[in-house]
Amino acid sequence: MTHEFDAVIVGAGGAGLYAALEASKTARTAVVSKLYPTRSHTGAAQGGIGAALGNVDQDSPEWHAFDTVKGGDYLVDQQAARILAEEAVQAVYDLENRGLPFSRTPDGRIDQRRFGGHTRNFGEAPVHRSCYAADRTGNMILQTLYQQCIKNDVHFYDEFQVVEVFLDGTRVAGVAAFELATGEVHVFKAKAVMFATGGFGRMFRITSNAHANTGDGPALLARVGIPLEDMEFFQFHPTGIRGMGILITEGVRGEGGILRNSKGERFMERYAPTLLDLAPRDMVSRAIMTEVIEGRGIRGDGRIDDWVMLDASHLGRETVYAKIPDIADFCKTYLGVDPAEAPMPVQPTAHYAMGGIPTDIDGRVCTDTTVYAGLYAAGECACVSVHGANRLGTNSLVDLVVYGRRAGRHIADYVRSADHSRLPADAGDAARERIATLKKSRGPHPGPLYERMQQTMMARIGVYREREQMEEAVAEIRQLREEFQQVRVQDNSANYNQEVLGILELENLLDLSLVTAVSALNRTESRGAHSRKDFPERDDVSWLKHTLAFLNGSDVSIDYKAVDTSIWEPKPRTY
Amino acid sequence: MQIALEIQRFNPETNTESEFQTFNVTVEPTDRILDALMEISRNQDGTLVFRKSCAHGVCGSDAMRINGTERLACKTLVQDVADADGATVRIEPLRHLPIQRDLMVDQSVFFRKFRSVKPYFVAGSEIGEREYLQSQADRAVFDDATKCINCSACYSACPVLQKNPDFLGPAAIVQAARFVFDSRDKGLEARLDVLDSPDGVWPCENHFECTRVCPREIKITKLINLTKREIKKYREARGEATAEHKEAN
Repeated sequence: MTHEFDAVIVGAGGAGLYAALEASKTARTAVVSKLYPTRSHTGAAQGGIGAALGNVDQDSPEWHAFDTVKGGDYLVDQQAARILAEEAVQAVYDLENRGLPFSRTPDGRIDQRRFGGHTRNFGEAPVHRSCYAADRTGNMILQTLYQQCIKNDVHFYDEFQVVEVFLDGTRVAGVAAFELATGEVHVFKAKAVMFATGGFGRMFRITSNAHANTGDGPALLARVGIPLEDMEFFQFHPTGIRGMGILITEGVRGEGGILRNSKGERFMERYAPTLLDLAPRDMVSRAIMTEVIEGRGIRGDGRIDDWVMLDASHLGRETVYAKIPDIADFCKTYLGVDPAEAPMPVQPTAHYAMGGIPTDIDGRVCTDTTVYAGLYAAGECACVSVHGANRLGTNSLVDLVVYGRRAGRHIADYVRSADHSRLPADAGDAARERIATLKKSRGPHPGPLYERMQQTMMARIGVYREREQMEEAVAEIRQLREEFQQVRVQDNSANYNQEVLGILELENLLDLSLVTAVSALNRTESRGAHSRKDFPERDDVSWLKHTLAFLNGSDVSIDYKAVDTSIWEPKPRTY
Repeated sequence: MQIALEIQRFNPETNTESEFQTFNVTVEPTDRILDALMEISRNQDGTLVFRKSCAHGVCGSDAMRINGTERLACKTLVQDVADADGATVRIEPLRHLPIQRDLMVDQSVFFRKFRSVKPYFVAGSEIGEREYLQSQADRAVFDDATKCINCSACYSACPVLQKNPDFLGPAAIVQAARFVFDSRDKGLEARLDVLDSPDGVWPCENHFECTRVCPREIKITKLINLTKREIKKYREARGEATAEHKEAN
């Protein structure tokens, strides 16, 4: 079946829904999502959305932009960060005006809390900048945007997995999508296609990410020759629930929670004397791993799956249950621990991809030399780049709201003058063929490949990295991609074939694992979340540049792109 | 430990009736039931289908009946439902919604009812330059209702839906309450044609099953009763009758 729209938005998280709301003002718009609405992972974001409203402390967008740049270890494109911080303020008011139930100050304004790396006056002290709705801010953003989409009659294709993107030269022509209910491959012809498919933390064993976070957008684009930017920068959030990786919001530390090692020491005093537990995430994750490796983890055996404690019990029951009620619920459910009474066992968890599909400040997919007309990306799958080498807490929600909206507005304008591009006559046949092949013969289950990929990426492309281990990871991922060719489905049904979907997702994760590992091996310095034991220093002379990685079959070739440092000169990063 | 999952299977392409199939899985007591299901689908039987996403109880994808009670598979630990090695855990799809295949149910009706209550903000006054002001007390009034994740657990557990499939159902009323009790929203009137109809809020008989199974611990029955009271208050102020005792068309 072939459908024709002005714009197709792939993904129904915050970026996709915001873009759909804007684009649908002028464009016939379809949202194509592999999940039912409101199941997207934006809904798992907890602690808040940063915006310099100044409701609690004096604040300014300029400080927010600076913190973003410094937090990203100067790999951030600075004009993009300025836009992020400036437009965040109006974006938060817009969301509130559309009903978002923010928590309130005593005088009835949007309440704000402290978060890692957010400071007043260029680093003096932590600032209350994160606007929040208890500890389910992302869920409230997702719900509010979906509510508005209902109000504005946006057209949804639920449980459609996009499997191919069609380009006519450097212009987008449409996408093909696998309908879960029927197994049919649909072709969507569109003047504009936007990818908002979120992250790909499922390549790691311990992750805060949903099962659905398999990097479908970046992987599809990589396979048609579009490079991926800064894929070596993957954020490990310091506080995941031990063994499971479920996120414990940084808001816990924003409200006064403290990290302690087996000796009860507040070890962040040694790593970030000014911001302490509210240092940026890369630094806190490294501090935890250093404590663990040096034997001061709770178990004390120095192995990387050891953990530390996050203590919020001194905050009092009332604060815990008013400010972080979902965290209390998670801890009781999964750990049998009530955070109002006992500390929470935590370890770093793979959380957020700073890298992704390269875009400009209007969400247009581009490299230094090429703009792909009609092709857009926003949110976690994109790389503007506003997060550089390490994203600050709250800035993921800021990114998807600000840049989702900008991309949507650009699309609304673009489709007015653009024509449809030519779709290949056999569009969709390759995907149909592919699925038929998966069903044709017998082969191994995908489970063991999933496990080996996640183990390898966790152990060798983790918080601390070194050459030999990364080389092993690259070799192992190449091997897994070979073995993947043998995988077949056991399920021959057309309807609700989750197994086909799972295998297509695994393919995407394997491709992105390879790009990530090769990009990490290539960058011989330490910057932000990319921390190498064999190259422990930041090297601005050689490495103040973005990586662009091209996937060609089993090879990855690397190019570079300049960083915009037009506002602040890079400086050593201390907190 | 080892447990047996006794799972209800049905595929309309190949079956005329559902049947139970038993899978043995090795698990930790602290694993989620979802982990056990994933183990089966990835390593034992690729034809077993169910929905999943966030894996920690916030996206609402994996509601199902576990030992007869509506729960999220990702928020239920093995030790919550299996007390000893070799224990059997029975897994069934939600009730009151058509089965698509195995543990997947068609939520179209559920979402149609959800949309019918106009689950979006209806501004009460002109938007200012900044935010609407709202006191902490006013914000607290509807906090519980904001926690709903549309998982349909309550819809499956509701005894009223068993006899009256046209009842609006608990979740849609929670969504309505989310806005009706928001001091910034002035959309009660626009929602009355659905809420104050014979199949709207009134069929609820206070069985409290919805409250008991809600994985977000929302006091659903209480919200339904508060909504009923708000509608009565509105009608009384205008000298009008509610639809409480009217017959459905």
